[in-house]
Amino acid sequence: MSAINSAHSVVEPSPTAKRIAGAIVILYALITMVPLAWIFLTSIKSPPDSISYPPKVLFSPTVEGYCNLFTTRTRQTPDYIAALPAPTSTCDEVTRKRNMVIAGPSNFLPRFVNSLVIAFGSTFLAVFLGTLAAYGFSRFKVPLADDLLFFILSTRMMPPIAVAIPIFLMYRELGLSDTALGMILLYTAVNVSLAVWLLKGFIDEIPREYEEAAMIDGYTRLQAFWKVVLPQATTGIAATAIFCLIFAWNEYAFAALLTSGSAQTAPPFIPTIIGEGGQDWPAVAAGTTIFLVPILVFTILLRKQLLRGITFGAVRK
Amino acid sequence: MTLSHSSIVDKAAETAAKATPAPIAVRVRGLSDRAIAWLFIAPAISLLLAINIFPLLWAVYLSFTNYRANRPNAVVEGVGFRNYQRVLTDPDIWQAMQTTAHFVFWTILLQMLIGFALAYLIDRKFRGHAFWTTIVLIPMMLSPAVVGNFWRFLYEPQIGLFAYAVSFLSGIPTSQIQMLGNVSLAPWAIIIVDTWMWTPYVMLICLAGLRSIPDYIYEAAEVDRASAWRQFWSITVPMALPFIMLAVLFRGIENFKMFDMVTLLTGGGPGSVTEVASITLKREAFETWATGRSSAFAIVLFVAVFGLANIYVKALNKVKQR
Repeated sequence: MSAINSAHSVVEPSPTAKRIAGAIVILYALITMVPLAWIFLTSIKSPPDSISYPPKVLFSPTVEGYCNLFTTRTRQTPDYIAALPAPTSTCDEVTRKRNMVIAGPSNFLPRFVNSLVIAFGSTFLAVFLGTLAAYGFSRFKVPLADDLLFFILSTRMMPPIAVAIPIFLMYRELGLSDTALGMILLYTAVNVSLAVWLLKGFIDEIPREYEEAAMIDGYTRLQAFWKVVLPQATTGIAATAIFCLIFAWNEYAFAALLTSGSAQTAPPFIPTIIGEGGQDWPAVAAGTTIFLVPILVFTILLRKQLLRGITFGAVRK
Repeated sequence: MTLSHSSIVDKAAETAAKATPAPIAVRVRGLSDRAIAWLFIAPAISLLLAINIFPLLWAVYLSFTNYRANRPNAVVEGVGFRNYQRVLTDPDIWQAMQTTAHFVFWTILLQMLIGFALAYLIDRKFRGHAFWTTIVLIPMMLSPAVVGNFWRFLYEPQIGLFAYAVSFLSGIPTSQIQMLGNVSLAPWAIIIVDTWMWTPYVMLICLAGLRSIPDYIYEAAEVDRASAWRQFWSITVPMALPFIMLAVLFRGIENFKMFDMVTLLTGGGPGSVTEVASITLKREAFETWATGRSSAFAIVLFVAVFGLANIYVKALNKVKQR
C-alpha cells in the first residue's frame, strides 16, 4: 500500500505541512498520555506524596503502593513493632515505617487470577466456536445465512444491564451465580459474535481453491479445514483471540452485577481498594498499572489489526 | 442483512467465492458438506440462544408481570402492559433518557471533530506517523471502568492533576474546580473522559476513510486547479463520509449503553445529573428490585437502540450508494 501511495507527487503534502501536522499530533499524543503516566507515577509514590498539593512530579519512589495492594495491614504501637524480629522483606520494612504490620495477603491476587482464568477461558471457547461457525458461514450455503449473521451481531447491541437481569435470575436457578464457569459462558456468548464476524472476514480471504485442491488430493472436508484452512487463518485467529481477551479482561458491568466474592474479577475489585481514611490511591494506581500492562503489550502487537477488530471486520485494510 | 451491506467491505473475495462452482468433488467418505455446515454453526448459535435469546425472552415475559427478584416465593401475577405504561410515563426515566441523549450527542460531536482532524493530520504522513498513531490509539484499548476510576483521582479538586492544570492555565482557584461534585460540571467530566478514551477509535476509522480515497482523484482536481479548500469539501469529506457515519453508528450504540465509566466516575451524581439510562436501569433492577418494571425498561431500551440503529444503517446505505 505504501509503495503505491508514495509514488505520487502532486498530492504529497509540503514539508512544512508535514511538520505542522506532526507537531500537532505529537502534542495530542503526549497530552493523552498524561493520565496514564500519572497512574504509573502515583503507583510509586508514598501515600502522603500522592495527595500533596501542588501535585508532585519529583519525589522519591517507593514500592509502598504495591505492598499495600497485595497485603492487608493492621496498626500497632511503636513498642510492639520495635519488639518484632528484623523485617524479612521490603514490604515488611515499608509497612513498619507507617507503624503497621502486614496482617495477610489482600484479595487482589485471587481477583487478578480470576480475571486471567475467566478471560483466557472465555477467549478460548469464543475463538473455538467462532472459528467453526465462521468457516461454516464462509464456505457453505447456509439457509438464512445473512439473517443468522445479523442475529449474531444484534446480540451485541443489547445494553449489558438489560441482559444482566434475566441472566442474574437464570444463574441463580442454575447455581452459576458468582462462579468462574458462569462468567466464562457469559463472556463467551458476548465474544462469539465478534469472533464469528472477524473470522468470517479472515477466512473469506483464504482462496477456496486451496481446500479444493487438497480435497482433489484425497483430503476430506474436515481434513482440508484442519490442515489447510486453519494454518492459513492463524494470524486472523490470533488477532481475534486478542480482541476477545481484551474485552473479557476489561469488562465491568456483568462482573460487578453477577460476581461478588469468589469469582470477582479485577475491574470491580480495584475501585474498592481503600486504606485508612479513604481511597488508597497509590495502591489503586499500582493495581491499575499491573492491570493495564498486558493491554499495552497487546495493543502494540495488534496495531495492524486494530481497525478490523473495532469495526467487527466492517473496515478491513 | 442490514449490516453487512452497510459495511464498507471489499466484496471482491465474496464475489469470487460465489463464482466458484459448487464443491468439485463431493466425497463419499466423511461427512457431507451440509452436515458439516450445521455441525460447525450449531454450537455458536446454541450458545447465543441459551445465553442471549432465552434470557431476552424471559425478560419479555417478566416485563408483563409484577415479579420481584428479591421475593422469589411471592405469587407472580400478570399485569398486562402496565409496566410499559409506567416506564414510558415515568419522569425519572425520561430524565435519564435526556441525560443519555446529551451525553451521546456531545461525545459524538467532540470525538468526530477531534478524531477526524487527527486522522487528517496523520494522513499528512509526517515522519514517525506510524509510531505516534499507535501511541494515540492506546486509551481506547483500556478498561473504561479501571481507568475511569483513576480519573476520579485526577478530578479531585484539592489534589488532582486535572484541577491543578486547569487552575494553572485559567487562574481559577482549585477549590472551585469541582468536576465531579458540581451539578453543571459533572456531565462534562464524563464527556471529557469518554472523549479522551474514544477519540482514537473515531480517528482510526476516519483514517481508513481518508486512505481509501484514490490519489488520482486529487490529481485530477489538481489538474482542474481546484483549491485545497475546495478539494477538502468536494472530495475528502464526501468520500470519507460513509466511514465517518460508521464511526458514529458504533460510538452511538456504545454510548447509548454506557454504564461502567459513568458508574465509577460519578455513580449518576451529583443528585442525578449524570444518571444515564443504564444506571437508572441498574437501580431499578438491582436496588429497587422492581424486576418486572425494569425488564420492561430494558426491552424499551433494546428496541430503541435496535430501531435507531436500523434506521441509521438505511441512511448509511443511501450515502454509500450515492
